[in-house]
Amino acid sequence: MFKKILIANRGEIACRVIKSARNMGIKTVAIYSDADRDALHVRMADEAVHIGPAPANQSYIVIDNVMKAIRDTGAEAVHPGYGFLSENPKFAEALEAEGVAFVGPPKGAIEAMGDKITSKKLAQEAGVSTVPGVMGLIEDAEEAVKISREIGYPVMIKASAGGGGKGMRIAWDDDEAREGFQSSKNEAASSFGDDRIFIEKFVTQPRHIEIQVLCDSHGGGVYLHERECSIQRRNQKVIEEAPSPFLDADTRKAMGEQALALAHAVDYASAGTVEFIVDGDKNFYFLEMNTRLQVEHPVTELITGVDLVEQMIRVAAGEKLPFTQEDIALNGWAIESRLYAEDPYRGFLPSIGRLTRYRPPQETVSDTAKVRNDTGVFEGGEISMYYDPMIAKLCTWAPTRAQAIEEMRVALDSFEVEGIGHNLPFLSAVMDHPKFVAGEMTTAFIAEEYPDGFNGVTLPEDDLRRIAAAAAAMHRVGEIRRARISGRMDNHERHVGRDWVVTLQGERFAVSIDADHEGASVNFEDGTQMRVASDWTPGNPLAVLDVDGAPLVLKVGKISGGFHLRTRGADLKCHVRTPRQAELAALMPEKEAADTSKLLLCPMPGLIVKVDVAEGDEVQEGQALCTVEAMKMENILRAERRGVVAKINAGAGDSLGVDDVIMEFE
Amino acid sequence: MKDILQELENRREQARLGGGQKRIDAQHGRGKLIARERIELLLDEGTFEEFDMFVAHRCTDFGMEEQRPYGDGVVTGWGTVNGRMVYVFSQDFTVFGGSLSATHAQKICKIMDMAMQNGAPVVGLNDSGGARIQEGVDSLAGYAEVFQRNIMASGVIPQISVIMGPCAGGAVYSPAMTDFIFMVKDSSYMFVTGPDVVKTVTNEVVTAEELGGASTHTKKSSVADAAFENDVEALAEVRRLIDLLPLNNQEKPPVRPFFDDPDRAEPSLDTLIPDNPNMPYDMKELIHKIADEGDFYEIQEDFAKNIITGFIRLEGRTVGVVANQPMVLAGCLDIDSSRKAARFVRFCDAFEIPILTFVDVPGFLPGTGQELGGVIKHGAKLLFAYGEATVPKVTVITRKAYGGAYDVMASKHLRGDFNYAWPTAEIAVMGAKGATEIIHRADLGDEEKIASHTADYEARFANPFVAAERGFIDEVIQPRSTRKRVARAFAALRGKKLSNPWKKHDNIPL
Repeated sequence: MFKKILIANRGEIACRVIKSARNMGIKTVAIYSDADRDALHVRMADEAVHIGPAPANQSYIVIDNVMKAIRDTGAEAVHPGYGFLSENPKFAEALEAEGVAFVGPPKGAIEAMGDKITSKKLAQEAGVSTVPGVMGLIEDAEEAVKISREIGYPVMIKASAGGGGKGMRIAWDDDEAREGFQSSKNEAASSFGDDRIFIEKFVTQPRHIEIQVLCDSHGGGVYLHERECSIQRRNQKVIEEAPSPFLDADTRKAMGEQALALAHAVDYASAGTVEFIVDGDKNFYFLEMNTRLQVEHPVTELITGVDLVEQMIRVAAGEKLPFTQEDIALNGWAIESRLYAEDPYRGFLPSIGRLTRYRPPQETVSDTAKVRNDTGVFEGGEISMYYDPMIAKLCTWAPTRAQAIEEMRVALDSFEVEGIGHNLPFLSAVMDHPKFVAGEMTTAFIAEEYPDGFNGVTLPEDDLRRIAAAAAAMHRVGEIRRARISGRMDNHERHVGRDWVVTLQGERFAVSIDADHEGASVNFEDGTQMRVASDWTPGNPLAVLDVDGAPLVLKVGKISGGFHLRTRGADLKCHVRTPRQAELAALMPEKEAADTSKLLLCPMPGLIVKVDVAEGDEVQEGQALCTVEAMKMENILRAERRGVVAKINAGAGDSLGVDDVIMEFE
Repeated sequence: MKDILQELENRREQARLGGGQKRIDAQHGRGKLIARERIELLLDEGTFEEFDMFVAHRCTDFGMEEQRPYGDGVVTGWGTVNGRMVYVFSQDFTVFGGSLSATHAQKICKIMDMAMQNGAPVVGLNDSGGARIQEGVDSLAGYAEVFQRNIMASGVIPQISVIMGPCAGGAVYSPAMTDFIFMVKDSSYMFVTGPDVVKTVTNEVVTAEELGGASTHTKKSSVADAAFENDVEALAEVRRLIDLLPLNNQEKPPVRPFFDDPDRAEPSLDTLIPDNPNMPYDMKELIHKIADEGDFYEIQEDFAKNIITGFIRLEGRTVGVVANQPMVLAGCLDIDSSRKAARFVRFCDAFEIPILTFVDVPGFLPGTGQELGGVIKHGAKLLFAYGEATVPKVTVITRKAYGGAYDVMASKHLRGDFNYAWPTAEIAVMGAKGATEIIHRADLGDEEKIASHTADYEARFANPFVAAERGFIDEVIQPRSTRKRVARAFAALRGKKLSNPWKKHDNIPL
């Protein structure tokens, strides 16, 4: 076995690889760019080598720099993680030339699978189901009908030269095929000056399901079942799970065997993933093979108990796989939520900055539940603009899918991230979405269910009651503490009452509380009662409660007369008042949000060093508009809301005073 | 006998109605609560004890003798806030527009005298059209009686003013002399002369909101310390402030049970200071992370944002915080920030509230605007305030402490008790580049030499150790341990006794 391994990557995957290597007793070497000097993977590794400036194309993917780091540290093997150099045959070649082991497949497999046409051809030869289609000279409409019938309806007729939906038709029968062929041909001729037409099976209700394979260099190989990755936003996976709620055992076996056949066809030796598109009738078609470790590999590890990184390293060291297909379990259900530094309320715009608070839920392992968090960041760390915005992969496992989802809900509620915008509320919202809960999702899920983007969650009445009960009990504890201040008039202390009125999300709940040593019984006006127990103390930003035997986790902030609560993707202003306070508060006018000015004013006297936008640009909330230097300090001014830049009154080098107008919006 | 008892209830009922139901409804219609409702929200439920409920004015001019409502436009008395005594007056806009008559003033003076005698804060809830014109000079005399008491009470008991409606003319000067002024957004304003007079005299056209609204006074004039959304929120926040203040200048600030480990380490503070010295960071993150339960009551949040002032608790005890804010003007000192912080420091010193200072200051803001505005004397206010303060003073330099501003910011030389620095601190006369250009003037043309001199200067002075060698810094501490170190420092200073030489009063550069 290797004594020292270099991880040619950063972030969570570098940390992930270091963990397995350390368990195997292998020393680890991290590499880092200027932006990652203090990064977690650097802290975790036994050694760390600086390899260049922040942009990846000057550091992490410069083969020469990585090779130098290998030579300098004497690493015997390299794990490339995913992305960066992981599927670069030149890198594999360079390693081979210096006799350093590559923890990945042979160069030939990378090359073969790296090309779309070759890989599809290889797949067909290996007996893997591919999307049926004919690309060639199609003479006339009748030939198009003949081909369509062979493929089977529905079919997609499109211009070979086309893109973006232009010259594309979907045909469900002969007539539509005839018609579609003609109109596509005409459109293709006029739009692209190339009337060649291509007919392919149209996959309805598509799901993205992939098979994990693992092969050694001795001809051994297994498939480790599938992962369902249909929840995607613009081709970026957001939530994955294993197994898929859609597959049956026969389909799973068929897909697995085909995937393995393809792997063997290219003499694959490492972990790899064969991606399929699956239609509503469980027909599956090969998309591509990823010759590396996938981001979402933890869900497979959770249901099979196999440490994929460890096996990759062992295979790279020439070992045989210690198991055969019969040994590969499919135990329980695992879900992964990808935490992105992207603000869902601002059109999922990447958010950068300092992680002022980062407290993932406790990782746990038991027979009935597991929580795992793969991360590359830490509280006080900086999320930079240079790399992928994914900061953590939160996984839960439980014997059933429903339980795994419930574990995920609680884990997401317990995950504290402040300082940057992030998609936790969105992940929570998906966990409560009826279609997701039912397992009925396609790759269009996000586009169809959130057509206008994500605007927060409106909680149902039942949830609000539970939260109201918790808030009332928490507020009472806070008030009792306040009443225990020093300097009270003896015998005239404040008595904290039992009646409270809670308002949140426009709802009002009048309750009265009977507290005892174990917790509080919260009585509602309609005679119902809830039992709240918690060890929450005032000021704690996370409240872990038990409400009527079910967990409730709230992120707790302060507002005047109550709490700012976040849970289940909802963001709530919750007031808790005495009945009299509530009566008087009801007299207060509802104020409309102040009209924010359509001007960007200079907040301080300073020098404009950079203007990031141009007149006519559409800007998103939070987008950098310009940089003002004052007292040698660079301050980035950002858009307060979405808008269009109408006029820019100042340019780089201009010296401005307070409240000078820098730019105007439409 | 029963009739006699009933008579009292009837009269009370009449007094509670103030200016009558119609006017009460009108007040509610404006989104404002009436005087007694406000008192209910300020005090613990059921603790209000009223004085002078049946006082009526004695004016006989202009037909005033026809209307003599009970209370005369102000409700006064005492009660408790979380069991601690406070005195309160609340002007009643439904009675003669809350205007101040001789008897109205007498009621206020009575509770102020009692507050002084018994050592408890006074909270004034202002909602008044101004002087009772019909009473003429009697009304002016009434104002002056209140003013004189504000002055005598200053530094003896905390005085808090909440502006919850109009407050104009002479009326503004009573709040002006209290310790804190809070306003209610959209329903309160303060000015010496209103828009009509302004137009007559200067031809300037301005709205009441622009001239004296909450935004004007919290952001521009700095007359007000904070503004709140409505009456309910304003009074809840005044209760929060009272929980932080001692009842009088003879008592220690209050202590309250806390649920936050004083030894709590914050590893994330180790990375608070950016690698690039020209990058700002948010000083409020440091304040929130070292405070008990992350709780910070900020004073003058919207004014002179280059300095932060406010209260936190450490081990349940109130501490006043002053901190440079690198996010705004690099945290430099200027006229506004010096005035803001000086007043805050003096409040803390007057009421035995220990002062914690976080320093990241590149110096005083240069420019004609500052010099012509008198930055010398205004800057000196903060220097003076720190120097005269005898309360426990703990200072932490996080990054820059340059030039005279280093001296000003609660340095060892101004009787700082515990002066800590983070390893990232740079205590020097000025930044390395500026210093090099002066010391090595001869090499100014030679960029290489200047760069090398700058590097030398940085190596020698851009750290806390030169100051530590001299004992100007007591200890260089790890950022992560700041809460623990500061909390222990204040614990060690609980018995601090320090007094200034006898004087009638000092002559701070006002």
